[in-house]
Amino acid sequence: MLSQQITTLIDKELKKYPADQRQSAVMAALRFVQDEKGWIAPEDMADVAVYLGMPQMAVYEVATFYHMYNLKPMGKHTLTVCTNLSCTLCGAGDTVGYLEKKLGIKLNEVTADGKFGLREGECMGACIDAPLLNVNNKKMCGKLTPEKIDSILADLEGGKA
Amino acid sequence: MINIEIDGKQIQTENGSTVIEAAHQAGIAIPHFCYHKKLSIAANCRMCLVQVEKAPKPLPACATPVSEGMKVFTHSEQAVKAQKGVMEFLLVNHPLDCPICDQGGECMLQDMSVGYGNGHSRYHEEKRMVLSKDIGPLVSAEEMSRCINCTRCVRFGAEIGGQMELGQAFRGEHAEIMSFVSGSVDSELSGNMIDLCPVGALTSKPFRYKARSWELSRRRSVSAHDSLGSGLAVHTKDNRVLRVLPIENDDINECWLSDRDRFAYEGLSSEQRLTKPMIKQGGQWQEVDWQAALEFCANGLRQIASGAGAEQIGALATGNSTMEEMYLLQKLMRGIGSDNVDFRLRQSDFSADGKQQGAPWLGMTIGDIGRADRILIVGSFLRKDHPLLAARIRKAVVRGAQVNVIHSTDDDLLMKVAHKAIVAPDAMVDALSQVAKGVAAKQTDGIAGSLASGERVAVLLGNFAQQHPQAAQLQALAQQIAEATQGKFGFIGESANSVGGYLVKATPAGKGMNAAAMLAAPRKAYVLLNVEPELDCADAQQAIAAMQSADLVIAMSAYKHGATEYADVLLPIAPFTETSGTFISSEGRVQSFNGAVKPLGEARPAWKVLRVLGNLLKVDGFDYETSQAVRDEAMQGVDVAVKLNNAVSGIESKPAVVSGLQRVADVPIYATDAIVRRAVSLQATTDAAQPKAWLHSKELSKLGVTAGVQVKVAQGQGNALLEVAVDDGLPEGVVRVAAGHPLTAKLGAMFGTITVERA
Repeated sequence: MLSQQITTLIDKELKKYPADQRQSAVMAALRFVQDEKGWIAPEDMADVAVYLGMPQMAVYEVATFYHMYNLKPMGKHTLTVCTNLSCTLCGAGDTVGYLEKKLGIKLNEVTADGKFGLREGECMGACIDAPLLNVNNKKMCGKLTPEKIDSILADLEGGKA
Repeated sequence: MINIEIDGKQIQTENGSTVIEAAHQAGIAIPHFCYHKKLSIAANCRMCLVQVEKAPKPLPACATPVSEGMKVFTHSEQAVKAQKGVMEFLLVNHPLDCPICDQGGECMLQDMSVGYGNGHSRYHEEKRMVLSKDIGPLVSAEEMSRCINCTRCVRFGAEIGGQMELGQAFRGEHAEIMSFVSGSVDSELSGNMIDLCPVGALTSKPFRYKARSWELSRRRSVSAHDSLGSGLAVHTKDNRVLRVLPIENDDINECWLSDRDRFAYEGLSSEQRLTKPMIKQGGQWQEVDWQAALEFCANGLRQIASGAGAEQIGALATGNSTMEEMYLLQKLMRGIGSDNVDFRLRQSDFSADGKQQGAPWLGMTIGDIGRADRILIVGSFLRKDHPLLAARIRKAVVRGAQVNVIHSTDDDLLMKVAHKAIVAPDAMVDALSQVAKGVAAKQTDGIAGSLASGERVAVLLGNFAQQHPQAAQLQALAQQIAEATQGKFGFIGESANSVGGYLVKATPAGKGMNAAAMLAAPRKAYVLLNVEPELDCADAQQAIAAMQSADLVIAMSAYKHGATEYADVLLPIAPFTETSGTFISSEGRVQSFNGAVKPLGEARPAWKVLRVLGNLLKVDGFDYETSQAVRDEAMQGVDVAVKLNNAVSGIESKPAVVSGLQRVADVPIYATDAIVRRAVSLQATTDAAQPKAWLHSKELSKLGVTAGVQVKVAQGQGNALLEVAVDDGLPEGVVRVAAGHPLTAKLGAMFGTITVERA
């Protein structure tokens, strides 16, 4: 079941589109689900499909097409490190390596305490700040160095998202 | 019309068409995979790239609209280079398993790579692998690595089937065709995805590894499982039907087939096939030769005719018997002095008999239905009873037609329904007469308003309406509505030869008894042609009781079935693939076909069996050499177009008499006839699940039971133990319990009172 908060948000989103094209709100709806639950379970996709009156498979297509939707639990804070060309040239490999060592997990894994998940991401369109990582798809952090990563993680640990 | 030039050929084509359409019209082939004339344009395979004058780069012919003076080159150096490039990319990830691929020999990719592929690959890296999927018992998705992601199957589901069960998940190199959370593909049209798949990714599961396509002989036939008259290409090897494909005809089945038509052939090689004549002697079934069996039948019939009287003999045939068979059956019966012959086994109201001006039919062509702008469907499980007609109406809806429904269940038609009235069976007449009044009063809203605003109105009476106890009244009302809206009305025939049965007079005339009367007042002898009484009749309980009380039951059947309990003779007859014959479709199309294979064992075509019976009983005029001679005699002086007439007059209204809960009975899609019932793959589908007792949740709480528990459903002396299930689309006061299934074969009439209690 979609929570009251999610349906309220979807209803607000739906106002942007013609009444007979409810499926236009699918990307936003999936985002709301992920914001609340951290990931999008197949049952949630089915609920979104029913709510928007579209085929379940069509929701699944959207959810699997876009990289920023988590198809499995990715921890409280999902750290997505860009590994596209510019970032890789500027040391994204080191960023990933440092994070893996520091968190004790590999890419696509979650720490045992469920706090951090680590993912690989596609170009975030801010190559000037490479290497980049994105926290929960909301906060972009650039020009990463081990010190900067340490402080980002400390902030997140301390509750400052 | 505009003028374009393709490969130097001047072509006139319609404005708005695409280059590939124009080329195909002119007989110029352009290689393609994702393009299909019946589906939307995806332009994702890029195989149809062509050179267009003044265009800076090759354009996809399927997605490029024609324009005046356009010059297209499909085989120029630039075009071929582009096509070869695309081909090389398509083959990068395609496995080289043609020798064990079921598509081998009829594969578009294989054919195209002969024309455009390289002798060897420049790609030496690892190929991508896509895991197999289980999407149900009909369509095999075992080798999804073969998929070239053309999305034809996805588009078919969404656009023709009306439900998007397959989709393309993930993207780029990871894109793959799959169903949502590994669900099965349950569409009743799913088999068409096999035909559409240009490679060997989606193949037929029942046909898997049975034969190579070039080993098969192809024979034309006509579908025996619904009244559309779909063309079948029956593929055989070693005297066995190994698969069935559609024969394209835009006026009938287009290029599609329903799964029932496609996979029912498995029932032809069922272990239950009757291959030798059998007689019951001293309670034991004995195999005998034809001579003995037929003489036994003739003697038995002669004795009863001369003793109890010929009117004590009744003949019942199923509506999918061929026209020749039904003609000879009625000729035989009338020859020995009985007028009791009927093929309308599930009908319960015969009050229109004698008041109809002609044979009931569709009232329009199938094409007319697709062109209608307002449609009223009365009493039809449309998707399950007539899957391809539903697809055609679905297309009409997409083009802007309004569909209205009056029915006792609210099954999803997978199309937009403008208005609907879902009422209990006893309120159907009332609901339809409201519409008739509304149309007459120029009502502007509701169903009546929708119909009144149309230019091409079609009113269709489905199986449920034809089986309804007030069927004649429904017919009269449909006629009123059609007259008031200057539209057409008609019956979607229940079986392949419903119209044929009427035309060859396999119905009682004068003092004869109809199917219901013959069973209500049991006869001393019955001749059954293809009939399984407990599954094919309106009142299973009554039918079985009548059979059991008869002195002589002659069962002509392709199968050893329930008749072993009560019959005295079993005569093995050939199903439609093993005999020549004729079906007349609902729209009045007379289609003859030849046997695709020889009859199994000692089975013989029923027309030959009836001919010999006629001779043994010394009835005149049974000297036919061929089934064509039977047809010619049956159709002599019959002008089909003139005989088809739905007009009816003088129908008296009779009130519905039901108390308590009413039964709503559908005949599930894979329980319609003897062959389908024995098709193992169809029986493994979701649609063939065991019947449940469906009730509205309010009825459920009245009964104090919860969904999922077993209940005892009873009618008359019989009962059935069924799982109870909730369907809030049903009206209150009804229980939906399917007929035509062994589990419910002890119940009574398809309409009428039924009780439900805790088991």
